[in-house]
Amino acid sequence: MTSFDAPKIEYFLLAPVLIVLGAAVVGVLLEAALPRGRRYLWQALVAGVGLIAALVQLVLVCRRLDLFGGGDAGKGRLVAEQSLALDGPTVVIWALVLVFALLGVLLFAERHLEGGVLSFAGQAAALPGTEAEREASSKGLEHTEVFPLLMFAVAGMLIFPAANDLVTMFVGLEVLSLPLYLLCGLARRRRLLSQEAAMKYFLLGAFSSGFFVYGLALVYGYAGSMRFAEISAAVSGRTTGTGLLLGGIGLMSVGLLFKVGAAPFHSWTPDVYQGAPTAVTGFMAAATKVAAFGALLRLFYVAFGGARWDWVPVFAGIAVLTMVIGSVVAVTQNDVKRLLAYSSVAHAGFLLVGVLGIRSIGALQNGELGAVQAVLFYLVTYGFTTMAAFAIVTLVRDSGGEVSNLERWAGLGQKSPLVAGVFAFLLLALAGIPLTSGFTGKWAVFTAAVSAGWWPVVVVAVLLSAVAAYFYVRVIRLMFFTAPLPDGPSVAVPSVLTMVVIAVGTLATLLLGLVPGYLLDRIGDLSLFVR
Amino acid sequence: MTAALTSALTSVVPTEVPVVDPSSADGVLGLLWLVIALPVLGALVLLVGGRRTNAWGPGLATGLVFGSFGLGVAMFVEILSRSEDDRQVGQHLWTWISAGQWQVGADLLYDPLSALFVLLITGVGGLIHVYSLGYMEHDARKRRFFGYLNLFVAAMLVLVLAADYVGTFLGWEGVGLASYLLIGFWQHKPSAAAAAKKAFVINRVGDFGMALGVGLIFATFGTTSFAGVSEAAGRASDGALIAIGFLLLLAACGKSAQFPLQAWLLDAMEGPTPVSALIHAATMVTAGVYLIVRSNFIFELAPAARTGVIVIGCITLLYGAVIGCAKDDIKKVLAGSTMSQIGYMVLASGLGVAGYAFAIFHLLTHGFFKANMFLGAGSTMHGTDDDVDMRHYGLLRKAMPVTFLTFAMGYLAIIGFPGFSGFWSKDKIIETAFAQNPVAGACALVGAGVTGFYMTRLMLMTFFGKERWEPDVHPHESPRTMTVPLVVLAALSVLGGVLLLGDWIVDFLAPVVGEHEEEHLAISPLAFSAIAVVVVAVGVVVAWLTVGRRDVPREAPQDVSFVTRAARNELYGNEVNDALVVTPTMRTITALDAADGRAVDGAAEGVARSVGGLSAVSRRLQNGYVRSYAVALLAGAALVVAALLVVNL
Repeated sequence: MTSFDAPKIEYFLLAPVLIVLGAAVVGVLLEAALPRGRRYLWQALVAGVGLIAALVQLVLVCRRLDLFGGGDAGKGRLVAEQSLALDGPTVVIWALVLVFALLGVLLFAERHLEGGVLSFAGQAAALPGTEAEREASSKGLEHTEVFPLLMFAVAGMLIFPAANDLVTMFVGLEVLSLPLYLLCGLARRRRLLSQEAAMKYFLLGAFSSGFFVYGLALVYGYAGSMRFAEISAAVSGRTTGTGLLLGGIGLMSVGLLFKVGAAPFHSWTPDVYQGAPTAVTGFMAAATKVAAFGALLRLFYVAFGGARWDWVPVFAGIAVLTMVIGSVVAVTQNDVKRLLAYSSVAHAGFLLVGVLGIRSIGALQNGELGAVQAVLFYLVTYGFTTMAAFAIVTLVRDSGGEVSNLERWAGLGQKSPLVAGVFAFLLLALAGIPLTSGFTGKWAVFTAAVSAGWWPVVVVAVLLSAVAAYFYVRVIRLMFFTAPLPDGPSVAVPSVLTMVVIAVGTLATLLLGLVPGYLLDRIGDLSLFVR
Repeated sequence: MTAALTSALTSVVPTEVPVVDPSSADGVLGLLWLVIALPVLGALVLLVGGRRTNAWGPGLATGLVFGSFGLGVAMFVEILSRSEDDRQVGQHLWTWISAGQWQVGADLLYDPLSALFVLLITGVGGLIHVYSLGYMEHDARKRRFFGYLNLFVAAMLVLVLAADYVGTFLGWEGVGLASYLLIGFWQHKPSAAAAAKKAFVINRVGDFGMALGVGLIFATFGTTSFAGVSEAAGRASDGALIAIGFLLLLAACGKSAQFPLQAWLLDAMEGPTPVSALIHAATMVTAGVYLIVRSNFIFELAPAARTGVIVIGCITLLYGAVIGCAKDDIKKVLAGSTMSQIGYMVLASGLGVAGYAFAIFHLLTHGFFKANMFLGAGSTMHGTDDDVDMRHYGLLRKAMPVTFLTFAMGYLAIIGFPGFSGFWSKDKIIETAFAQNPVAGACALVGAGVTGFYMTRLMLMTFFGKERWEPDVHPHESPRTMTVPLVVLAALSVLGGVLLLGDWIVDFLAPVVGEHEEEHLAISPLAFSAIAVVVVAVGVVVAWLTVGRRDVPREAPQDVSFVTRAARNELYGNEVNDALVVTPTMRTITALDAADGRAVDGAAEGVARSVGGLSAVSRRLQNGYVRSYAVALLAGAALVVAALLVVNL
């Protein structure tokens, strides 16, 4: 008889994930228990408090692990029977995901803009254009389930980048994806577009997950283990079965590259970004990208680091293709959400340039910028800027709701100089103009790639940054140097919730542009994976 | 005894250049910074304070300049009481620029040269402030005018008190700015705005000379302070010294309206008349002379550059005089005369140690009599509804006796009537020029004759002859605020010559410019003066014969000789500028613009268009069908796996 050993679970270290999941479950219960009128406040509170508690617990975890102690070896612990890795990159990514989720809760909870209701569909089951839908909106119904859904997605985003074996990673991927598919289809206005987006996202997401699982199986076939450490050992001492490994790497990369929105797996991005409720788009653009890049870094650096001479050239090609498609196609976009979607594709390309900077730990000179550090820093800068930008998109409205058609934004700078000015600043940050965080982020990833010898890709990246500057500045020109339309949209005054999101995002963009040093150094301390 | 010793020394080394080595300031000299700070304060209060200071601002500005003047007098008395070797005083305020080896302090230098300039700037400047109280009485922007005037005084004081070429350059640019603002003060007149722009642009050419000169000084000596440069000048190569000399000469040409950068000065008369008197006659335009005299340690060692200075001086003194002969606008005659008189000073400063003191002497006396005459001209304009055409004057001596009498003092001084200040100063320059170079001397002598002609013509057309003004013009004497400065300046014009008593000014400036034995001509100085007076008298008589005896037509006759026409057109200086600089520049710009439009923009827009085209094509791939997307995904996956396998082969 073999005895059953109970798995050892480090509850304290896992608490941030558990708190988020707990808050999500409480949210589901509240939805069942509370009368309709009181759900909004409780749901928003539970989500917000849960996220804050998770952040506080994260700080405690950080202290328990003594991550800032210095030293060369990767600090941190493998927890829950080695299925999750708690190390520097995990902490950074968790902190980012939690902060962006908190900002996302603020955006979700905004009720001023739609006249007292959430900007999500009143009754998702009612078909668009039917009597039932009209009834739902006239009764002022709203889906407060969006908050637990958001929390479930956040939990997935916490598990995904921390996963230290293939199955946990896949579970994290699915946990983060499914609630997002749902959220995408819940827009209050232009519901057909929203539902179409959700459908496309779901179908393509399922398709790409299929590739991911297939790849997972091939890698297991090659290495005989799900654990990254053992895969890594198998990769380093490889003898036979290379085809199995490479096929596995290729197919798993498809699943991850799909999530980050890299070409040629980006085609869902513009449609979904445009169709989804803007609050969801903003949250998704920032947090999903953070989580997915975290997972990608861990999988490829920890598990497949030994095979980097195989996959890095392919990634270089994908980075170039992604930047080209993101920057070039954005030039002819005339919808601000699609424009920002292509912008996010281009940024995925820039992030991949940073990923190319992988080197063995010994090769890194003291004080030199590492690839993980650079990519993590870029994620910080990009996330804050993009959330604030999408928050501003929710403000530009006319009688039909949000106006995302760029031509109708003409002359916005004359009507609302402050909002247009902030948006212009954020666009300049996305374009990577100095004195904004976009510049320091780009500088970081480009430096990392150049020190690893990938300067030709960096040259292409710099050239494409110039192309990208064109379409950002085009929007600025449109807002400030074009006569306003007589029936053009105006800027709605939001509640303090959205204002906080915009203020935090803009302030972070400005501060990280002016004094990036402190954060860059701290992230540098936290950029070693535990193996 | 000192004098004997120095003369013994100079006989061995005739061109001993004194080194600038100031002692630190104490006592009243410790207030040196305040001399500059007072007008700076005035400019700040008036320009920043805005309309609130309208009522008391002009009075405050005037008072502050007199405050500076008082300090200047006190400090002057202080250094007079010191021994000759102890008259250079420096004051270190703070470190202005610190870049590696290069240190520029905000340092001031007070020595006999700057002492005289401080007195001239604040003294004449103060009088002109008083005059302006009357002259600008009814101008709506009077406060702003006084703010600019104080700004000018402050900048000019920085120029002459700085102990470092960079500090001098700061003042240099500051007076350029003030000059620009004041020439264009009546900017509602297009001619004034254009004149301000012209002055600014032409001065820019000179300023570049200064900037390059300072740069070259730094490159050569590794320092830009007067002390450091004067100490190290002897060790520099000839080529560097000559280049620095010519660059500084270019700077002087711009600021002092010397040939070939003279064209702006006549147009600058568009500014209010007190401005013409203060900036474009007495002080700013003499900055070039100051720069050359201050840089004596450079010029003494670069004889080629000094020859250049002499040539420029000779050309300009004749050029200005010829223009003065033909103009009918009273201010333009005076402007031509200014150009010519500064030509004398430049000539003198080119003569080296023998001439520096006389250049400064003439600069001072000219400051008195020319300011006097400009203010007099302003007074006549004030009395004749701002008419400047002398052909519309005549017999103003009856209507404006004070103006006439004071103007006459200036007139006698400038033509060099024996005993008046101009006589002493100009005579010395001509004499020294003859001793060194007969050609330069001849030019200066002829110039003196022409000066006699055009100034007499001006006097006759303005104050004598028949009344030629319009019937509705009623000439009247100006108010007391205007006539009192006239009287003071007239007195100085008469008595300015006392500075030469016992060669006082030569000895006083010796610590700065060096000492030199007086040049001796073959004939006695007295006989030489007689010759000069005769030449001037010829000029005066010719003027009497051609202008005084005949009626002056109200309209300028058109059938005149080629020479007159050329002189009226300022010897075609503007046309030459147009042909040599403006037109080629404009052509080049047009060509560059076309090249930019076709080649550069063409390339840039071509790239942009191809990106746009590529974008339009590739966005079609985004067709909205999820099946197409799935196919793309599949193809991408196949591609990635294939690439991985290929890479691994």
